[in-house]
Amino acid sequence: MKGLEHTGLVHAEGPIVMAKRTEPVGYGELVAVFGRDGGRRIGRVVETSDDAVAVQLFAANTGLTLDETRVEYLGKPLELRVGTDMLGRVFDGLGRPADGYPDILTSEFRDVNGAPINPAARVYPKDFIQTGISAIDGMNTLIRGQKLPLFSGNGLPHNRLAAQIVRQARILGGGEKGASPSLNASSAGEEPFAIVFAAMGIKYDVARYFQDSFEKSGVLSRVVMFFSLADSPSIERLVTPKSALTAAEFLAYEKNMHVLVVLTDMTNYCEALREVSASRGEVPSRKGYPGYLYSDLAALYERAGKIEGSTGSITQIPILSMPNDDVTNPIPDLTGYITEGQISIDRELSQKGVYPPIAVLPSLSRLMKDGIGEGMTRDDHKDVSSQLFACYARVKSIRNLAAIIGEEELSTLDKQYLRFGERFEAEFLAQGEDENRSIGETLDIGWKLLAILPREELIRVSRKFIDKYLPGASEHEAAKASAQSAVQGAH
Amino acid sequence: MIKGRITRVAGPVVQAEGLGGAGLYDVVEVGNTRLVGEIIRTDDKGATIQVYEENTGMRPGEPAVSLGMPLSVTLGPGLLGKIYDGMQRPLEMLKKSSGSFIQSGVKGDSLDLDLKWPTKLTIKVGDKIGPGVLIAEVQETQLTVHRVLVPPTTKVGVVTKVLPDGDYDLRTPIVFTDQGEELGLMHHWPVRLPRPTNKRLPPTEPLMTGLRVIDILFPISKGGTSAVPGAFGTGKTMTQHAIAKYCDADIIVYVGCGERGNEMTEVLTEFPHLVDPRTGRSIMERTILIANTSNMPVAAREVSIYTGITLAEYYRDMGYDVAVMADSTSRWAEALRELSGRLEEMPAEEGFPAYLPTRLAEFYERGGRVETLSGKAGSVSIIGAVSPPGGDFSEPVTQHTKRFIRCFWGLDKDLAYARHYPAISWIDSYSEYVDDLHEWWDKVDPGWSDIRGRTMELLKKEQRLEQIVRLIGPDALPDDQRLILISAELIKNGFLQQNSFDDIDKYCTPQKQMLLLQAIMQFHAKADDAVRAGVPLAKIVALPIRERLTRIKSEVPNEKLEEIRQAIREVNSQFEELQRRKAGEEAR
Repeated sequence: MKGLEHTGLVHAEGPIVMAKRTEPVGYGELVAVFGRDGGRRIGRVVETSDDAVAVQLFAANTGLTLDETRVEYLGKPLELRVGTDMLGRVFDGLGRPADGYPDILTSEFRDVNGAPINPAARVYPKDFIQTGISAIDGMNTLIRGQKLPLFSGNGLPHNRLAAQIVRQARILGGGEKGASPSLNASSAGEEPFAIVFAAMGIKYDVARYFQDSFEKSGVLSRVVMFFSLADSPSIERLVTPKSALTAAEFLAYEKNMHVLVVLTDMTNYCEALREVSASRGEVPSRKGYPGYLYSDLAALYERAGKIEGSTGSITQIPILSMPNDDVTNPIPDLTGYITEGQISIDRELSQKGVYPPIAVLPSLSRLMKDGIGEGMTRDDHKDVSSQLFACYARVKSIRNLAAIIGEEELSTLDKQYLRFGERFEAEFLAQGEDENRSIGETLDIGWKLLAILPREELIRVSRKFIDKYLPGASEHEAAKASAQSAVQGAH
Repeated sequence: MIKGRITRVAGPVVQAEGLGGAGLYDVVEVGNTRLVGEIIRTDDKGATIQVYEENTGMRPGEPAVSLGMPLSVTLGPGLLGKIYDGMQRPLEMLKKSSGSFIQSGVKGDSLDLDLKWPTKLTIKVGDKIGPGVLIAEVQETQLTVHRVLVPPTTKVGVVTKVLPDGDYDLRTPIVFTDQGEELGLMHHWPVRLPRPTNKRLPPTEPLMTGLRVIDILFPISKGGTSAVPGAFGTGKTMTQHAIAKYCDADIIVYVGCGERGNEMTEVLTEFPHLVDPRTGRSIMERTILIANTSNMPVAAREVSIYTGITLAEYYRDMGYDVAVMADSTSRWAEALRELSGRLEEMPAEEGFPAYLPTRLAEFYERGGRVETLSGKAGSVSIIGAVSPPGGDFSEPVTQHTKRFIRCFWGLDKDLAYARHYPAISWIDSYSEYVDDLHEWWDKVDPGWSDIRGRTMELLKKEQRLEQIVRLIGPDALPDDQRLILISAELIKNGFLQQNSFDDIDKYCTPQKQMLLLQAIMQFHAKADDAVRAGVPLAKIVALPIRERLTRIKSEVPNEKLEEIRQAIREVNSQFEELQRRKAGEEAR
């Protein structure tokens, strides 16, 4: 039905307008709506029947009249122009140039809704990405092809952290041929990489901060940006991540690039979804969000990964600010059920002055187990991270106790744990915004801290690693041996 | 075939007219691209169809053709080792035919219809056959004999012709009866209809999972039903994977319902390389995967659970013990909610339809240990993950599920934060199968129920003491109560926590489980005696055997049980030594 036109609406409310049907219109197809001012608004068919068509607009509906509005059915789903020329450009949420330059030159279009990846065609991600941040590398490792969101709150430094990850991310030269740095390095011989940045409903300053950060690290020409800032119509945000991921899929699976996708802020996306759902009169589930929020988010997050037949990958770092720091809010809750872990940013740590304020206990990387260890990071990685988790969890419960009975009343062992906890936060978690630690350095810091505790407490690390890595372990053994020989000598 | 015409499209819910003659739940091919759908409501205005595939671009006026039969699966040799989507489309084949992405409208045969299977006929002309009678055997994998039975709906009759032993494909009839029935290796069965059985049997045999916290504390029977609820990151999928890998069922059906794509890929890449500790064969040979990931169409997600359980029942009918992992039933319930919302039904709790509990009950009741039509015993055990929003177990899916299961493995966030896996809480969890399993354990190890009781009691006591400790600190407690904290710590670290990535610890035989727990409880008993005799707690804590006991699980392999017995003797001797020294000191 390409080019089918029709004048007049029967109903207009919020972002939904209804038109009388003249010819059959396809579900989900693109519609252009022209108001009396002649302005072109893009929309999508959300319901089509023998006598009417409901259209959801992606733009403000101000000034639409029932009589004069012209509706044009474009007979195709919303598509994005794709090409490697996208790199270095800025687009709006619908994929139209927003940097003042013309459309990219290409005859390639992709449906922004994408199609689900066949699970049998996925390649299981296991390449370790070194972010240079101890709390992530050591305890919640990022893997190439993973979707790992940042759970944050208002006023917390999630943007600085995301920018630092993007700046420092490297692939260690493991089994892969040739180069060691690759995701984001300026050395020659690297694997091709790209960054796709989607801004949904965030302030201009925040978008600017990312832009500057990309520019400073010299990667701006490798970045594709989709801006649907706070002053754009909220409905446009519904398409922004889809456009961004369509671009990412093209670069990763057709151009074999390693693509890092930063989506910020997913909360704004979900709120736009709720807005539309409410205006359509749908039955709400939790907190007014529609029942399909899970499926909708999954359709975005699952567009990460690696597939057979392509050497590229999509790694997603969605950022979401939790309303009222509440992790049980539907947005972080459903996100956590879909993504492969999460990095939680903690207000208390932030107030203590710890940067990056990553709460390691509620953070998790589900793909970590297969991407670390001998040949990938270091043989002791699994044991050390497990031991650090166990010890730090213990610290938390001892702190609660100390708050009640006072620190002086604690046993010697508990005091040792508290000391471990303090130094863990000060030396392991905290690091500079430009400090880039190798995984070896990170693990060595871990061992240094574990040495504070008595050896009997280290039950999650196997004895061979204690002997190999624990500072003072070999001296300890030597001392014991010499004492023994002294005893034998005395006999 | 009844041909109708689409009148309205709103997402996966489509309305059509002219399908008056079609029945409820009949399959409809919708639109020009012939997408698969199911009639879920029919009235004088027309039929409401739920479409299982993405239907962008579908228009009013396109055809909708009813096939006159409900949504069915294809059953026959060749299912094992395969990965299917929710409608039993073969994903490996779709990958070859349409690439890495699943396009709408792609079709594929669930089983390879041309592959010839070496078949041994087991009946002869003149035999009277009816539902459940064994007519042929096919070696499906090295381990599994596929018993070809007369399908449940076949008329009883006398065999008039039998083909000789040989290689047959799935379409060739091999047995003919005087009732006009022509039976081959394959048949179809509607997924929403439970397969009939003779009668139910009591669930008296445990499904050994190799996970200590389950097998000893909260056991599940073969034919039992269990729920694993937990907030995200508490290890529902890890627990399900661990059970799928090492439990002693003959066949595993793993349903990835609305979960992550990479998790299914993980199973696909990992399982073929894992060896079943009992049979020495790859565990993929006994596994069927149903993958309807979260981004695949929601209606197909709703049906994937039924597809999985129907395949399980099919193998149960051959006399096998089948375990179904449903990960996650919450996503299935959400699919129900989503479709119910689109049908504009009146919602009950939290937007879920009022029939949610009925559907859950129907699903879990398809599990059980039964006498099959062929007279053999077989079982379907169901282990369903539940993903409660915000980790709150009071939400409708968890609450209703609890009504229909008998085994509850609640996952605990704090345990998961401390990376104590499996994070199955020993406080919230329960198993109603304990009484059913007495007899079995009495034959294997009569000490089971006693030591189980003592362990549970100790853990309960520790939990009560923990509440006091949180207020006044452990030092204020008397020594015998502090010992309970120490012993409970030992049980947690040395027994309950299990590392599924450690080569030795990942799978634990019932014998090792019992000995390990005996060693720890022996420590507690001896320590308790010593404390009462006045030995200072510090000396008990300093005993070298205490650290040793936390490491046995990962240092002593399953077959070296003697080393654990040795450890028990060491417990005894170290305490005797302690008592002796104390007596000596007192004498002086």
